[in-house]
Amino acid sequence: MATITIGIMDPPYESANTPTAFRLVDAALRKGHNVNVFCYEGATALGYAGQKQHPNAVHGASVEEEDHPNPKDWVKELFLLAAEKNVKLIWCNCGLCVDERGVENQVEGACRGSPVDAWKYSEGSDGVLMIGTE
Amino acid sequence: MNQYLMIQSKSPWESREVGHFYALARELRQSGGEVTFFLVQNGVMAARTGANDPGLDQLLGAKVKVLADDFSLRERAIDPESIKNGVSPSPIDQVVDLLAGGAKALFC
Repeated sequence: MATITIGIMDPPYESANTPTAFRLVDAALRKGHNVNVFCYEGATALGYAGQKQHPNAVHGASVEEEDHPNPKDWVKELFLLAAEKNVKLIWCNCGLCVDERGVENQVEGACRGSPVDAWKYSEGSDGVLMIGTE
Repeated sequence: MNQYLMIQSKSPWESREVGHFYALARELRQSGGEVTFFLVQNGVMAARTGANDPGLDQLLGAKVKVLADDFSLRERAIDPESIKNGVSPSPIDQVVDLLAGGAKALFC
């Protein structure tokens, strides 16, 4: 079992980097590795609990029909997967970035930290990947 | 031997960074590193047979292992049988294995 740290910067709904990051975390957990995720800047909104699904007026789809995926649900699923695999998932948000964006209301399990924590996670990891924003 | 994992998410036609990333991969290989170059997202567009991307072609001749994310290929309807010789379709698990093994990783 290894420990992997992944840094994410992109906000939700904007970049293909986000699903790539989620896929990496998912794959690492499935392989039985511990994962630290450090969310910086816009990525701190990924776990914002206030995200809501919406209908799609263009296609005439209701909220249920559209079933728009929200990343907060993906974060929740990753915590469930970690528990199922009996490995540790840390989902740490940069506190200053959270405050700037007013996204304090996070899904259960997400924690608050600073770039110092990102450094500590990296120091204690076998592998580190920082996915910068454009 | 140092292990490097370089993940390219952009196509060479959308960003000039890609050319520099290819060059860095070649130089790391020339300096004795073991380099895995993982194409993901629009990065896989360059892997199509016939894609005019001399940078990737040079990389394929430089003993760099080049992988293309199978999910990104499917998203873009690129048949894994139709990609350039030397590029191997790969699950994202390969990235996890390299990270778990301590490879130094860069994302572009």
